[in-house]
Amino acid sequence: MSADEMRADEAKPGESVHRGDPVVVDRYTAGARINHWITAACLILLAISGMALFHPSLFGLTALFGGGQATRAIHPWIGVVLFFSFSGLFLRFWRLNLWKGADTTWLARLNKVLGNRDHEDPDLVEIGKYNAGQKMVFWGMTLLILTLIGSGLVIWDEYFASYTTITQKRLAVLLHAGAAVAIICIWIVHVYAAIWVRGTISAMTKGQVTGGWAWRHHRKWLRELVTGGPRPAE
Amino acid sequence: MFPPIPNPDLKAATKFGEKDLIRRSASRVAEPAQKLTPMAKLIDVSKCIGCKACQSACLEWNDLREPVGFNDGTYNNPPDLTPTSLTVMKFTEWVNPETRNLEWLIRKDGCMHCADPGCLKACPAPGAIVQYSNGIVDFVHENCIGCGYCVKGCPFNIPRISKADSKAYKCTLCSDRVSVGQGPACAKACPTQAIVFGTKDEMKQWADGRIKDLKSRGYKNAGLYDPPGVGGTHVMYVLHHADQPEIYAGLPRDPRISPLVEIWKGVAKYAGLAVMGAFAVFGVLHHAVMGPNRVTREDESAAKQLTETQS
Ligand code: SF4
Ligand code: SF4
Ligand code: SF4
Repeated sequence: MSADEMRADEAKPGESVHRGDPVVVDRYTAGARINHWITAACLILLAISGMALFHPSLFGLTALFGGGQATRAIHPWIGVVLFFSFSGLFLRFWRLNLWKGADTTWLARLNKVLGNRDHEDPDLVEIGKYNAGQKMVFWGMTLLILTLIGSGLVIWDEYFASYTTITQKRLAVLLHAGAAVAIICIWIVHVYAAIWVRGTISAMTKGQVTGGWAWRHHRKWLRELVTGGPRPAE
Repeated sequence: MFPPIPNPDLKAATKFGEKDLIRRSASRVAEPAQKLTPMAKLIDVSKCIGCKACQSACLEWNDLREPVGFNDGTYNNPPDLTPTSLTVMKFTEWVNPETRNLEWLIRKDGCMHCADPGCLKACPAPGAIVQYSNGIVDFVHENCIGCGYCVKGCPFNIPRISKADSKAYKCTLCSDRVSVGQGPACAKACPTQAIVFGTKDEMKQWADGRIKDLKSRGYKNAGLYDPPGVGGTHVMYVLHHADQPEIYAGLPRDPRISPLVEIWKGVAKYAGLAVMGAFAVFGVLHHAVMGPNRVTREDESAAKQLTETQS
């Protein structure tokens, strides 16, 4: 191993610390990033095509997909791709997103986080690879995607019309719309957080963040990478 | 006898147009300056002999061919509405508990042309479903996207989505014929005048006479089926047992647009957009007030120190 790489990367591919100025930390493997961006693209396409059928004033968005018929036909298939793509992310990240006692503390002091004052609170500094907000996005997405694929299959009339009653379909369509609104809201939070916390986006574009970013937002994670601490069980 | 509708002078006839619309799916329409007279088709179940002349006439007029199917042990053929059978006779063998008589109830199933149509309310495609000021609810196939939302919206389980072209089909009340002054094909073909067509007022009057006659013959619960839950319908039934419409192959007692559909197409639309908008606005405001969360020089040097002490 080259001298300026720390030994932690043996334990987990895509996570190693490169010394220098600034320090650079690997956060995501290329596989994880591709997986993420496929999921992201699907989610955005689903939101656009779904909203086109949700509110009449947005029906014009169907033009982006080649008209109403095409939108109706393609939307569920994008959903299927999203489901499998997100499953990949789930398998990669679920362990690191298990809820810990410290996450409850973080959540209780959300006002400090939102007020850019989390760095003054010693309890809010030592964060692992994910903070409570990120974990909630993860579990929220997981739950909602399951709801969406489940209710989506019920109303995918082209193939499954005969398997459910009309009342079940009515319930499914309402659930589908509600879950879609919720997931779009979570998506807005996710994207906003990535923009607000500067230095975050490079994690998903280049796979790397600066050491300072890791120190500021995920200090426990950084320490563990540097010392080869108790990972990946955390 | 109900006077048959004469064949009009076709030269004078005009088609329904935009000016006659009172509802259009996923759109707003201006109140028409001049409204057409509300029309209705009256189906007198007590007179129907189940000959299916109306069913054949419907296939003929609309140039539809129902593929050969299977006999399910009843006279229903096909067993249910299909994209090519816009109307189907539903035969029910019912034993009257009072008289112990077997009664053969034959109901012509098909779109009821609701005054408050759930199909239209649910449809997301602008102009795929329209309602004319005379009450006819029509599907405009060019605009239909085949989503099947109309199926979920309809309290009578009427529209069917074709596997061939993924579009929704149902009885049009022969809007193409009515627009040029003719009666529906099914009404014209009915040999017993169990189906009659005219203005809604005329049809109610005609029904009154029929109901009196039925009552005088011992059907004390005879009545008109014009359910108020959907604002009344432009296809009405005279039933000999109007107190129990369910016995006529499951005709709903009190049909109305499902509350689930009302929520989905009402408050959910506005609340959904509002909530999404609120999240976006919160983001913008938060950023404007708080500014970005930036990594400082101290953070970078702390990280550097950490890595160096470990080597
Ligand atoms: S019966 Fe169903 S399809 Fe016909 S107008 Fe009423 S809601 Fe629409
Ligand atoms: S299937 Fe066609 S008519 Fe029915 S709701 Fe969808 S777009 Fe409207
Ligand atoms: S009104 Fe016309 S479309 Fe409707 S059932 Fe009669 S013939 Fe068929």
